[in-house]
Amino acid sequence: MTQMIRLHDIHGGIHPAENKRQSTQTAIQVAPIPNELILPLHQHIGAAAIPCVNVGERVLKGQCIAHADGFVSVPLHAPTSGTIVDIEARPVPHASGLSETCMVLQCDGQDEWQAHPSLLEQKNVSLVEQLKPADILTFLAQSGIAGLGGAGFPTAIKLHTGNYPIDTLILNGAECEPYITADDMLMRERADEVVAGGEILLHVLQCARALIGVEDNKPEAIAALEQAVIDAHLSHKIQVVSIPTKYPSGGEKQLIQILTGKEVPSGGIPAHIGIVCQNVATASAIYRAVVHGEPLIHRITTLTGDACQQPSNWQVLLGTPIDYLLTLAGYQAQQPERVIMGGPMMGFALPHLQLPVIKTSNCILAPKAKELPLNEYATACIRCGQCTQVCPAELLPQQLYWFSKTQELDKVEQHNVFDCIECGACSYVCPSHIPLVQYYRFAKGAIREERAAQEKALRAKERFEQRLARQEQELAEKEAKRKARAEAAATAQKAKQADLAEPASAPASSVDDTLEKLNKQLAASQAAVQKTKEKLAAAQADPEQADKIPALEAALEKVTSKLKSIAMELAAAKKAAAASTTTTGDSDKGDPNSPERLRKKWETAQLRLQTAEQRLAEAMEQQLDTVSALQTGVEKQRERVNDALAAYQASQTETQSDVANSPDNHELEKKILAQQDRVAKAEERLTMARESGLDTVDALAMGLQKQRDKLAQLEQQRVASSTPEGV
Amino acid sequence: MSTTLLAIVMAISIVALLALIFGGILGFAAVRFKVEGNPIVDQINQLLPQTQCGQCSYPGCKPYAEAIANGEKINKCPPGGESTIQALADLLGVEPEPLDAEHGAEKAVPTVAFIREDECIGCTKCIQACPVDAILGAAKQMHTVIADECTGCDLCVEPCPVDCIDMIPVSTNISNWYWQAPTLGVELIASDRRARRAEAN
Amino acid sequence: MGLLTLSSPHTHNQNSTQHMMQMVILATLPGFVVSTWLFGFGTLINITLAIVVALGCEAAILVVRKRPVGFFLNDYSIVLTAVLLGLALPPLAPWWITVIATFFAVVFGKHLYGGLGNNPFNPAMLGYALVLVSFPVEMTTNWASSIIATDVTASFSDTLSIIFAGASSDAWTGATALDSYKHLITNATAAEIAQQPEFSGFLNAGWAWVNLAYLVGGLWLVWRRIISWHIPLSMLVALSLCSLIIGWDADMYTPLSLHLLSGATMLGAFFIATDPVSASTTTRGKLIYGAGIGVFVYVIRTWGAYPDAVAFAVLLMNLAVPFIDAYTQPRTYGHNKAKRGLYQKQPK
Repeated sequence: MTQMIRLHDIHGGIHPAENKRQSTQTAIQVAPIPNELILPLHQHIGAAAIPCVNVGERVLKGQCIAHADGFVSVPLHAPTSGTIVDIEARPVPHASGLSETCMVLQCDGQDEWQAHPSLLEQKNVSLVEQLKPADILTFLAQSGIAGLGGAGFPTAIKLHTGNYPIDTLILNGAECEPYITADDMLMRERADEVVAGGEILLHVLQCARALIGVEDNKPEAIAALEQAVIDAHLSHKIQVVSIPTKYPSGGEKQLIQILTGKEVPSGGIPAHIGIVCQNVATASAIYRAVVHGEPLIHRITTLTGDACQQPSNWQVLLGTPIDYLLTLAGYQAQQPERVIMGGPMMGFALPHLQLPVIKTSNCILAPKAKELPLNEYATACIRCGQCTQVCPAELLPQQLYWFSKTQELDKVEQHNVFDCIECGACSYVCPSHIPLVQYYRFAKGAIREERAAQEKALRAKERFEQRLARQEQELAEKEAKRKARAEAAATAQKAKQADLAEPASAPASSVDDTLEKLNKQLAASQAAVQKTKEKLAAAQADPEQADKIPALEAALEKVTSKLKSIAMELAAAKKAAAASTTTTGDSDKGDPNSPERLRKKWETAQLRLQTAEQRLAEAMEQQLDTVSALQTGVEKQRERVNDALAAYQASQTETQSDVANSPDNHELEKKILAQQDRVAKAEERLTMARESGLDTVDALAMGLQKQRDKLAQLEQQRVASSTPEGV
Repeated sequence: MSTTLLAIVMAISIVALLALIFGGILGFAAVRFKVEGNPIVDQINQLLPQTQCGQCSYPGCKPYAEAIANGEKINKCPPGGESTIQALADLLGVEPEPLDAEHGAEKAVPTVAFIREDECIGCTKCIQACPVDAILGAAKQMHTVIADECTGCDLCVEPCPVDCIDMIPVSTNISNWYWQAPTLGVELIASDRRARRAEAN
Repeated sequence: MGLLTLSSPHTHNQNSTQHMMQMVILATLPGFVVSTWLFGFGTLINITLAIVVALGCEAAILVVRKRPVGFFLNDYSIVLTAVLLGLALPPLAPWWITVIATFFAVVFGKHLYGGLGNNPFNPAMLGYALVLVSFPVEMTTNWASSIIATDVTASFSDTLSIIFAGASSDAWTGATALDSYKHLITNATAAEIAQQPEFSGFLNAGWAWVNLAYLVGGLWLVWRRIISWHIPLSMLVALSLCSLIIGWDADMYTPLSLHLLSGATMLGAFFIATDPVSASTTTRGKLIYGAGIGVFVYVIRTWGAYPDAVAFAVLLMNLAVPFIDAYTQPRTYGHNKAKRGLYQKQPK
């Protein structure tokens, strides 16, 4: 087929030794099932998946064992049948050599599939065209498909292009890295799958044209693809384009530039210029998922390098340990031992071999020191500018190096370090052997970290200031209260002074004082009576004092009458005191949980709620900026009312019914009330969201449904628990 | 005589005219291109790490920023460390000074507070101590730290009556890990290089 | 396990600084051979002396700076500096001129700025300029005259005694073609000058041969991609344009052929101006840098007091490199326009 499109050149680029021949001599082989598969939950860009089976559970091949966590995430499926024996932190294949949570699957060797109807069967249609694009997207997301080219971006999200119309789909079969031939062999042997996948993608994207870009060092792959396109009668839609071999033409941005001449805007995505780019292996995986119902559980990985005696491509189950695979390829350990995951330009050296193959592992390269000599010591940069000449992103690698080295991070950023694709061309040509890419990776990481720290500092500042404001407000409130109290006390003092004139109407507050006084008076007059009586007796006994007796008798009478009057007064005062305690009702006496009290609490809370609502309404009318604060206040108040009500009702049921396990019912009651409250709130929020047309409506609706379900459940429970008890 | 006078007058008037023109241009530029700068306190506050730890003896970063603006030393912030001192020195045009050890040492790794929850008695003392409200909990209820909001200021450790708060280093995972800068090769002095080679072998 | 873990890429094109320096030294060979044949053994002795002094100074200062001596001597950068200096100095200049120039180039031109890669000025030209302004007489009178003009050059032993023992060199020296043309043209026509012995024979009595030889070496370097074509081409084009526009009248100004093929023009264009450390690094910057040198060479040659101008032109443009680089940054992939100009701290 003749090429009808004009190719464009990319800036820079290099021509490292290809070393692809070694691993293309034999066809793709299917690797046997190992005893144990290690499945990291984080094999893609985005959030790690969340396990949805337990340790000890038997799982079937293709069963979802960890579901996606949010939008940017993909689920994980069991690559074969067996038992989950562990969910624990294990080293994962990553440049850091760190450990992350992995699921360990003990394979049973039966390789037993779970039912896996294809999307066509599920929807009961015969052609891909009859499927809805949205259904395909959902299905792809459920099938755990992430980009197989190297980055591992969730495919469904990449295809979810939103409002950007797509005019070109690019299937990336350039595979420009030396040594790697996984895509090459896939295109040679399974070109029909790639083309069929491309057709599905075109349908999903509602796009008319697909270009399959393949470097011209893979003539067999190009021929196979062209034949497959003709066989599928898709020549009008899909075109195979042979592009010049040059590293890094397989970079997404570079391939787009070569095929269309357009550049992806800095910080943007290809969809912004109407393009979606997918790896050919991803296209094949999409086909297998949609048409055969197979989730992503295996991939093709190149095992190569001179340390492997039989370099070739293998179809391996995800999670297969690398040492197991290397044995298949006849690996002989070298000294010093070095095994690279990915290619020699962008791959990373593995810290050890007990690591699994993951969705992005396209190559395991075990070179001898002779074929990929270790870098020599870096010497000084002589500013020769060869790095600038080969940089495909037209950066100034040398300036980036100087600034990264001296950690002048804002200058590094100014020089567009974030447009660096880390292809390694600059390091490859550097005559001073400076590990340039590592410097850029460091600078990028440090800048990101700094940004995160700044963001955190900003948040901390805000929180601190809010806290200060709150504390100030609290202080002010306290101060205001204290003042109010002081004023009240002052007025009371005044009133007391005024009352001194007519002590009869002593205020209730001084009841205690009066009581005490009276008690003292009583004691004093009792003592006086006693004394007088003694004196009288003495006078009666002593004839000399007989003339005093009448006087003493009179005195005794007087004292006794005084005693009587004091006693009466005291009784009255005591009565008054008792009356005053009952009316105020806030003294320490009595049971705080008595229904009476609780009812009162509820009533006062209701009153407060009313005032709060009134205030809120006023504020809303006047459009004050305290509205939100008041709103939260009202909500809190409402909660309190509900709590109080719940407590009251609970206490009533407690007192009324003598059901044995009332605490249980009581709890349940409370829960139901709280749940009712939640439902009401969720409804409120939903209506608000609907009115303002927010896009959270669906989520809220779902939330509401959940809350309602819960409520219903609780109510059922109540019925169930109360009936037998009641009978 | 008259020509000399004329020349002098001419010279003076020309210079005066030039002065007037350039003065006008400068004045215009000063108004037209006026730079709206942040108040210095805000700029200083921007550079401080906002841990609100109070190790500088001020009750927060903002108060310390205000103090610096009023002439306080710039080397009293251990969480910010040397880099903050350098940034402050750059901003204020003063000489950077080494960190004042009196106020504590710079932490080697950032930390976050962690409450051993089964030991927590729910006394709320740490909640009151936290400057950024990063601890949740209520009286007699177990407390917990919102790790994302914790600034690692250590202020909650002291008040805890049962010593159930640990400051644990922020964990590195594959999402926040990044390559460190290469260890320098040629810049090493001769003896270091020998050691390194021996290590490599 | 302890497998090797290094950052990617794990492969390299096996080029090295050392190799590049060796290539450049190798490329000076044609020019060196031709000038030795035409002007005698002075250049050979100068180069040898310069290399010995340079290596000695480099080693000494590396020891002082506590750097691994063997590792750095091995990069050949200082040898290249010495070779260029030896080629640029007058062949019959006394030994101490070479020693002073080399010492200054190595110590002041290179190491005081932090060693290889950190020097803002071309070290060889810094050393050359120092002796040129300090010892103008020795630097202008010790140019050997061509074998074409005098039929014979000083023997090796004669040359040795001139350089080291201060023997009179009058019999073997003559003004350079550029110098004499500039002085003669004030009261003679171009046709009359052509009769002078310095200009006798094909292509200006040998000077042109030397330049052509350097051109060959330089083109080889460009072909091998050791240097890029931008600086030499823009320098030669700028020099030619100046000469064609301003100095088109050969009866008043030095003609274009003499500008291009005499003095240090080709040596400067391909070997000195292209020193990567002190030259501009962006593509556009290289064109501006080269053109600037071309213009300065013409200006200084025509109106300056010195006979040749490559050293000063290169040093002047070295000064402008950071500025040129800042304003010639390329447009990065995916950006609408290049970020130009000096870095300014973004207000936060």
